[in-house]
Amino acid sequence: MTAWIAACQIDDIEYEDVLRFDHGGRSFAIYRDPEGAFFATDGTCTHEAVHLADGLVLDDIIECPKHNGRFNYKTGKALRAPVCIDLKTYPVRVSGNHVEIEIG
Amino acid sequence: MSISFVQKRDYSLTGESTRHALETGLASAEWYHSDVPRKVMKELMQRRDGPAIRDTLLWIILLVASAWGGVITWGTWWTVPFWFVYGVLYGSACDSRWHECGHGTAFRTQWMNDVVYHIASFMVMRNPVSWRWSHARHHTDTIIVGRDPEIPFMHPTSILPNILHFVGILDVWDWMKILVRNSLGNVSAAERSYIPESEIPKAILSARIHLLIYAVTLVFAWRLGSIIPFMIIGGPRIYGTWHMFLTGMIQHGGLAEDVIDHRLNSRTVYMNPISRWIYWNMNYHVEHHMFPMVPYHALPRLHELIKHDLPAPNTSIWDAFREMVPAILRQRHEPGYYVRRELPPTARPYREEFHQTVPDRSTMR
Repeated sequence: MTAWIAACQIDDIEYEDVLRFDHGGRSFAIYRDPEGAFFATDGTCTHEAVHLADGLVLDDIIECPKHNGRFNYKTGKALRAPVCIDLKTYPVRVSGNHVEIEIG
Repeated sequence: MSISFVQKRDYSLTGESTRHALETGLASAEWYHSDVPRKVMKELMQRRDGPAIRDTLLWIILLVASAWGGVITWGTWWTVPFWFVYGVLYGSACDSRWHECGHGTAFRTQWMNDVVYHIASFMVMRNPVSWRWSHARHHTDTIIVGRDPEIPFMHPTSILPNILHFVGILDVWDWMKILVRNSLGNVSAAERSYIPESEIPKAILSARIHLLIYAVTLVFAWRLGSIIPFMIIGGPRIYGTWHMFLTGMIQHGGLAEDVIDHRLNSRTVYMNPISRWIYWNMNYHVEHHMFPMVPYHALPRLHELIKHDLPAPNTSIWDAFREMVPAILRQRHEPGYYVRRELPPTARPYREEFHQTVPDRSTMR
């Protein structure tokens, strides 16, 4: 069963940045792109368990802070070694002042 | 008088030390980081093409000019300074270009990182595929015995090979053997421990391309009846590699193994501006390991921000060698010895509980 969970407020994330969100023993990364749209993925890199919220957002890309592996955070696609496995993405919506993600 | 050396630890990536690192949590551990506000770190991590384009154009111009000077003065003593410059630009500066572009931090534009990475990988005689993975492991498990494929000093270290590294002969021989082995499709168990299976064919192809270029160089040299082609391609890894080892050895030499705080196993060294340009600021090595996403041109700023939390840097290359060489000699005889660098009063202390897993070498294989 899926549910929409409030992850943060809109103003918690700057444009072209990322925020960590933990829920139910899981960790997620919430992104805001340069145009202000929100996205969500699993929180840790698929290469090693490093949290992406410490990484760098460049346009549509999140770069892992440890080994500089890159993903497209909108699609989850792995773009640059040492990451080879895609990142799981989650639907996101804005409800009032909150950013919500749909977690299964 | 008998001289006793410490028992050699198992530095392989598939043996007892590997098992120990995995069991004790040293592998893929969470490392100490100095505090840097997120907003500031974002600024420091920002990528720019400008500095690396400027430095790369200058590098290419100097490479071409010094090679040209070396060729036209060939047969006279005037040729020596030209090859001296060319050798360092090729045989030493290639390492830092390989390194920064491998991290993807030198340029903002990714294809520029990739192009320079592949050229520099060839110059430094490293397989561009396997070394990308090797270096990722080096950052995950820095100087963790049994995990890090890039530990420079394996105790008890031998003195002569380290001296010979400055003229690159052993180094080139070793890395040529790896290139030949990889080109024949032979990838070792150690290499397979950090290269994903899907990347193995790329590693083999890269080795074959590198060897093909050397074969073409050999044919040219033979047809010309001259060693000049090897003075230009490959040879600088012997006669111009000294600066790479001069700066590379002091990154971790004489410091701790099996700790998870880069302040204990890495060294920041103030250097002259020419060495810093050749080395692309990797003298800020503690900073680089703590925050590998910060580009080389932003490392001096990062250093200023966190130096209150780090041991005082060595004041020069000479100062670093004065600290490192006696320590390495002592590490040959004294199990567990390392240079424990004092933290300033403003720093957060070393967390001893992080470093209780260092094995006693008298009982470890």
